[in-house]
Amino acid sequence: MRTEIRICGFGGQGVILAGIILGKSASLFDEKEAVQTQSYGPEARGGASKCEVVISDTKVDYPKVQSPDILVAMSNEALIKYIVDLKDEGTLIVDPGTTDVEDVKEFIEEHNIKVYEAPATKTATDEIGLKIVANIVMVGAITKITGVISKDAAIKAIEASVPKGTEKKNVSAFEAGYNLL
Amino acid sequence: MAEEFFIQGNEACAKGAIAAGCRFFAGYPITPSTEVAETLARELPKVGGSFVQMEDEIASAGAIIGGSWGGTKSMTATSGPGISLMQENIGYAFMTETPIVIVDVQRGSPSTAQPTMAAQGDMMQARWGSHGDYEPIALSPSSVQEFFDFTIKAFNLAEKYRVPVFVMADEVIGHMREKIVVEDDIEIVPRKRPEKTENYLPFENIENGTTPMPAFGDGFNIHVTGLTHDERGYPDTNDPETHDKLIQRICDKILNNKDDICSVQSENCEDADIVIVSYGAPVRSVVEAVNRTDKKVGYVKLDTPWPFPDEEVAKLTANAKDVLVVEMNLGQMYYEVDRVCKRNSNVHLMGVIGGLLPTPDEILDQINRLGGN
Repeated sequence: MRTEIRICGFGGQGVILAGIILGKSASLFDEKEAVQTQSYGPEARGGASKCEVVISDTKVDYPKVQSPDILVAMSNEALIKYIVDLKDEGTLIVDPGTTDVEDVKEFIEEHNIKVYEAPATKTATDEIGLKIVANIVMVGAITKITGVISKDAAIKAIEASVPKGTEKKNVSAFEAGYNLL
Repeated sequence: MAEEFFIQGNEACAKGAIAAGCRFFAGYPITPSTEVAETLARELPKVGGSFVQMEDEIASAGAIIGGSWGGTKSMTATSGPGISLMQENIGYAFMTETPIVIVDVQRGSPSTAQPTMAAQGDMMQARWGSHGDYEPIALSPSSVQEFFDFTIKAFNLAEKYRVPVFVMADEVIGHMREKIVVEDDIEIVPRKRPEKTENYLPFENIENGTTPMPAFGDGFNIHVTGLTHDERGYPDTNDPETHDKLIQRICDKILNNKDDICSVQSENCEDADIVIVSYGAPVRSVVEAVNRTDKKVGYVKLDTPWPFPDEEVAKLTANAKDVLVVEMNLGQMYYEVDRVCKRNSNVHLMGVIGGLLPTPDEILDQINRLGGN
């Protein structure tokens, strides 16, 4: 089975790293196939940032996402911009602290979208004391909600991806996100 | 034990270069190839190698030619605007039979066009970019694993045939992340140094159409020039025979070894009505389209666009009514396929520009338009 995931937000939130962790979990630790791509623009910070991951039990040929099964939105601008491609009955995961699903209510109803609210930024700030780990909190929520990667694989991938010395904080952020829903 | 990584194509290219024995990189970073330079700037010093950021691409090509004559496997990486600037020194490298590896991560072109978008517009520049007669080798990876493998292969071919080798990647393969497996028994062709004999000739045909190359400082009294030269390397610019002999040998060392150099991959071609020919990133979409269609469609993937694998392509398309070339330009390798296939098949072009990888659906539309069973 091929699962297409798009994670979006504004530049600097770490949505690219979140996608890399999903891809790494699947391909190095879950014995699945994965390809990660991202949009490259001239902007370095701010603006809409987008990261895409395709995870499959078999070889991934076409590497890009066409209509995501799962959309994760960490900013309202990105939510509005990218929700239009989401599959019917697809999964939408948003951070209610940075998005407003009311703005895309029509689309959600028309296309029978399953909506999950994961307050990643608030959890990162209140529970971990570090706003910048909101992306890792979100990886925890994605893992729990979708089951597209295993918890063990996610933790191994996080430990292999984050800067040395920050592994513990990041794994706590993952656990906090995993326990949100 | 084999190691696994989940990395970008450009990072895999840098890893492949180090595995192949590259210890010198000179370049001028340019999107979408920048991560090759970034990775080598960080990693080369750790293995005793050197990285130099040059003032431009002309100098970059010059520096790696110097690095190679210094006895070190050398490489540069660039994109379209840089490959244009390098052409003069690339010609010099062909004429002086200098092994170098040039990585081109292709982007929208001509000129500076689309820095962050994918294209395959430099294929003919790899073939004919510098003036005169010469035969290049070019490899086109379609996955992150192949970007690693083909970079190693490029160094091996460069050393074996004393020739510049191009790795013609594109933005899609350069930037996407996939798993690569790095085996611990990678085949490497080491630089062969000549014996110090009294009558050593640096431009003689003794092995693969060429001869082992000394490094500056080894104590050989030789001359290296872009002028037409005899087997000693001495200029001899007015004798037609000297020029003919030299250029024929430089071309023949590639053309006579196509069996060793050329590589294609293919599927379902034997009884296909339609055969799709492709290379680089678009192969990914072609494979998915071929797997999804219920018509008799096969595909040929050119691992080595140059030298063009005439015989293999002719054989694999012999029974096809239609041949479709899918590439991210308005027709470059198409003309090579047409030259080889037009006697047996109708050859069509699906040329896609604008920066986006053609989708499997778009290729399926083309297949349906061609008809067949």
